[in-house]
Amino acid sequence: MNRTLRGALLAGLVGAAAGCQASGRPVVVASKSFTESVILGEMVAALVRGAGVPVEHRRQLGGTEVVFRALETGAVDVYPEYTGTLTKEILRKEVADRPLADVLAAHGLRATKPLGFDNSYALAMTEARAAALGIRRVSDLAAHPELRLVFSNEVMNRGDGWPGLRARYGLHHEARGMDHDLAYRAIASGGADVTDVYTTDPEIHAYKLRVLEDDRHFFATYEALLVYRADLAARAPAAVAAFERLEGRLDNPTMIGLNERTKMAGVAESEVAIDFVAANVSDKAIGAPRQHPLSSIAARAGEHSALVLLSLLAAIALAVPLGIIAARLPRLGRYVVGAAGLLQTIPSLALLVLLIPLLGIGSPPVIAALFLYGLLPIVRNTHAGLVGIPEPLEISARALGLPPRARLRLVELPLALPYIVAGIKTSAVIAVGTATVGALVGAGGFGQPILTGIRLNDFGLILQGAVPAALMAVGLEALLGAVEKRVVPRGLRPPDQAR
Amino acid sequence: MELRLANVTKRYGTGAAVDGIDLTFASGRTTALLGPSGCGKSTVLRLLVALVSPDAGEITIDGRPLAAEDIEALRRRVGYVIQDGGLFPHLTAAENVTLMARHLRWDPARAAKRLDELAALTRFPTDALARYPNELSGGQVQRVAIMRALLLDPEMLLLDEPLSALDPLVRTELRDDLRAIFRSFAKTVIVVTHDVGEAAHLADVVVLMRAGRVVQQGPMATLASAPADPFVTAFLATGNGGLAAAAETRR
Repeated sequence: MNRTLRGALLAGLVGAAAGCQASGRPVVVASKSFTESVILGEMVAALVRGAGVPVEHRRQLGGTEVVFRALETGAVDVYPEYTGTLTKEILRKEVADRPLADVLAAHGLRATKPLGFDNSYALAMTEARAAALGIRRVSDLAAHPELRLVFSNEVMNRGDGWPGLRARYGLHHEARGMDHDLAYRAIASGGADVTDVYTTDPEIHAYKLRVLEDDRHFFATYEALLVYRADLAARAPAAVAAFERLEGRLDNPTMIGLNERTKMAGVAESEVAIDFVAANVSDKAIGAPRQHPLSSIAARAGEHSALVLLSLLAAIALAVPLGIIAARLPRLGRYVVGAAGLLQTIPSLALLVLLIPLLGIGSPPVIAALFLYGLLPIVRNTHAGLVGIPEPLEISARALGLPPRARLRLVELPLALPYIVAGIKTSAVIAVGTATVGALVGAGGFGQPILTGIRLNDFGLILQGAVPAALMAVGLEALLGAVEKRVVPRGLRPPDQAR
Repeated sequence: MELRLANVTKRYGTGAAVDGIDLTFASGRTTALLGPSGCGKSTVLRLLVALVSPDAGEITIDGRPLAAEDIEALRRRVGYVIQDGGLFPHLTAAENVTLMARHLRWDPARAAKRLDELAALTRFPTDALARYPNELSGGQVQRVAIMRALLLDPEMLLLDEPLSALDPLVRTELRDDLRAIFRSFAKTVIVVTHDVGEAAHLADVVVLMRAGRVVQQGPMATLASAPADPFVTAFLATGNGGLAAAAETRR
């Protein structure tokens, strides 16, 4: 995107955000999609809440890109980040000749002092395999090109990740990208040999991994800190003062212990966070209100259906007229159907990331993406239904003296209706399935428990998202089938179903 | 109402479907457009309701050339029944007939009254009015199509091969009914047929066509007694169970 346009958009979004907070918008805390970040986010939320400031925590909002973008645009006020991520990835070009604090200030941001622990990257493999091959240092890997490497997707592509690592150590291995938590499981099951770990991961103990010595000092330090919007200091000084109390309070063993409680013992992040904060930082901190599992499923269902229904209605409203135009103007029609088809080929995650600068985070970009995906089946079927009307029926309708719009309303659309409804069904099922990725950008829905379940290796939690999503798809299809029965006249159904 | 094709030519691709034809249809009579398949008789009907426009020549209505803005009005004054009826499968028989009444926002009572009249006229069983086209017999489909064409009480009725898709018994019955219908409503009727017997049975005047041109027109008796061309005699001979007619029926 060109710089001025982007600047204007950002200004607009910041303005909108400022407008919101005037009407009492809570401080928005965000966390990235991994346990440590969620625990830290819960701590910040508990401290801010304890200071009497309304707060909202957007748990596991997304990856670095999504969350930092959200902070810049004002959709988020504060989130935990790491120095290495800021200097090596997000702001790499800008920090080359200026101190980090100045660069952040140029973005309208500030950072707290480090929280105390360093969650750097390292490579690890199982103790047994490492011992068998005699591998202690990263440079030892070069002698074993047969080893299978899996890296979390961020590490796979970042400049300070695998590309730089392989250059520094002269490694020639093939590496695959994978979700960080799944990578541990791949290592444990013998499906892979080496993966990246974060040095505060409790899995290092749990899976009996050997952390390989970074003998050529490739990995940067990743000290945790909180990044927040500079305007927050004026807007909610009490909130800033409250979360600044975390500075220097968390050393590496402490953080590993907290991660372990959630990831290994299955204690909720909010509980781990409030326990620690109340005991060590501030006895005024207030934990997140507890939610009954059923009410949380109901909330997810509400979010999910809102995403699906809003996008589906919008898609119908645009796609049916587009299908009509495509059928009326065949030359233009080819482009319309082609463009709708092209939209469908964009991977959902890519489309979401493209939409975030325009629509922010949360449900708007997800609804927009589902809407765009929903267009094609309906446009194509409306077009096919209208074009497929037998010529004698067209001739009869014209010969009766019906004007074009009446022909469309009384004859052509009713005849195309079975096709149109079938297209809507397809779009609806696609939307229910695709809406699960909405959890990656903070839109909630059934993707949320799936995402958390993958992170916590909690199969039950994954099912809590997957099963209702599948049920919703089946239910919606049945519902639309019933609608179809009502609106499609008997004369258009195959003879065996006619009576 | 007088419809006239003045020196009209209509080409499809390279061949001329209608080639410099001159025909006048005046009120009150039943005319049969007769000829082998592909002779241009269906195209004449489509020209008359402006479903196709002539490449050369002119169509006049009551002496004035047909203008584009008059086409919908013309179609409401001329009922046209395509081959196989062209009923809309999503509508019941009754809804097919009264489609234009709904478009024109007739009072429902008026539409119901007109429907009863038409069912009586076409001898259509009233209990079948609620059926969909795929639940009707071939003869019933034709009757519904005729009712639909007659709803607005047009001055002229055009029928394209109304009997061709029917089996012989139904065919004879509908043919006799059609004759009674034409007599009772005493308006201009043009029937396209390739069947000499049907033409003789239904029409006052026969227009015999061949390859887009009119070979001879007049009462059937005149064509038989004073043929203008050897083709006239040869084609009329097919009416006596000739193989040509049989072959064409199976087309």
